[in-house]
Amino acid sequence: MLLIRCPWCGPRDEVEFRYGGQAGIAYPADPDGLSDEAWADYLFMRDNPKGPFAERWFHAAGCRRWFHALRDTATHRFLATARLDEPLPEAGT
Amino acid sequence: MPGARPEPEHLWRSAEPKPSYEVVVVGGGGHGLATAYYLARNHGIRDVCVVERGWLAGGNVARNTTIIRSNYLWEASEAIYEHALRLWEGLEDELDWDLQFSQRGVMNLAHTLGDVREGRRRVEANRLAGIDAEWLEPEEVRAFCPILNVSPDVRYPVLGATLQRRAGVARHDRVAWAYATRASELGVDIVEHLEVTGFLRDARGRVVGVETDAGPIRAGAVALAAAGHTSVLAERVGLRLPLQSHPLQALVSNLYEPVLGCVVMSNAVHVYVSQADKGELVMGAGIDAYNGYGQRGSFHVIEHQMAAALELFPIFRHAQLLRTWAGIVDVCPDASPIIGLTPIEGLYLNCGWGTGGFKATPASGWVYADTIANGRPHPLAEPFSLERFTTGALVDEHGAAAVAH
Repeated sequence: MLLIRCPWCGPRDEVEFRYGGQAGIAYPADPDGLSDEAWADYLFMRDNPKGPFAERWFHAAGCRRWFHALRDTATHRFLATARLDEPLPEAGT
Repeated sequence: MPGARPEPEHLWRSAEPKPSYEVVVVGGGGHGLATAYYLARNHGIRDVCVVERGWLAGGNVARNTTIIRSNYLWEASEAIYEHALRLWEGLEDELDWDLQFSQRGVMNLAHTLGDVREGRRRVEANRLAGIDAEWLEPEEVRAFCPILNVSPDVRYPVLGATLQRRAGVARHDRVAWAYATRASELGVDIVEHLEVTGFLRDARGRVVGVETDAGPIRAGAVALAAAGHTSVLAERVGLRLPLQSHPLQALVSNLYEPVLGCVVMSNAVHVYVSQADKGELVMGAGIDAYNGYGQRGSFHVIEHQMAAALELFPIFRHAQLLRTWAGIVDVCPDASPIIGLTPIEGLYLNCGWGTGGFKATPASGWVYADTIANGRPHPLAEPFSLERFTTGALVDEHGAAAVAH
């Protein structure tokens, strides 16, 4: 089981969390104006890197707040976590 | 006759890559090997190289729970999975190999009224498509699988089940070895321990080969069959795909007398179990929620799955957990595969089989080979194009496919 450091609650077991996928996917400013390709890109296309990946997690059984994490998908190791009002963690930081 | 032939020292030729091939298949798993076999067998294209980064059949074809069935919901899925099942029914003769293919029946349990409605709907849909399917009431479930606890006072009571009697299991490694051996006999080169690190492009942007650790290999067509690592390869050629790679875990117990003569699956409680010929109980879990390329998952997923299994099968409480492992599954948003052409000329795609690719192996290879040989999607592959994510014509199989394999 992964040990995940919630930026609000500290290190907790993985079972307290829910996964939220890739971070930084903003809802389109003008959804009606999007082409089908752009809409498909927003809806379905996500990065799927082998290595550091910026993602969202939700502390469901704790503070019930979302936060950002940088995690290595090859090793499953958490490299950093951050509150939503902090800068998104980047690879190498 | 299956098994009659004396075993040779090496099943397939270990080849050195030539500078160029008509087709290079990237990935030496079940789907890649089946693709190479059918390119040679059905289309006379024998100038084929299968390039494998690790060892042959070391990925998902060696890590799945070997379940074979065709009882999907939508016509597009029914057509391709039933094509696979019909190929399975003749595959031991076709490949002259004992694949331990056993049509012992697969039950999908219903634990809620929603499950019951979905199950009955799927049975009717399967029958309309000419696929064998039955609905069983709890007493019939118990008659078909006497060790299953169907009492109403458990946490997840069994309210009924779908049954496909033609469904079953096969010995997964043998399938890969048989395809590899027969493809090799037909002239296909199989190169292990060679990673594709990039793609050769011509002035028009077409893919005309692959870069590898051992230098470039030119190809008339490059066919990806890399399962969980498809996104990694696609990124090297600038192709964005709707795939997420997850660990999918499975386990085996110690050996037992034969106690379970069929396959039992439950979507709702995330467990599916059969008993191997040797005697181990073979169980699969749900995917780990996070993206992951490590071939291991979190233990609480196994714990959750075992809790469900013990309640359904009280006699399993004596079983010991022997081994757990994970494969990396590439999952599409609609739980259906992507097979066909790509926006990049010369590059073909077969991926997104997610948690259930093993059962499809023969049909996947069959339609992919046909697609590559003719430069257009095989009719059974047409609904599974990459364009469906733009047109919205998704093939939503979350009910039939999402977890239970």
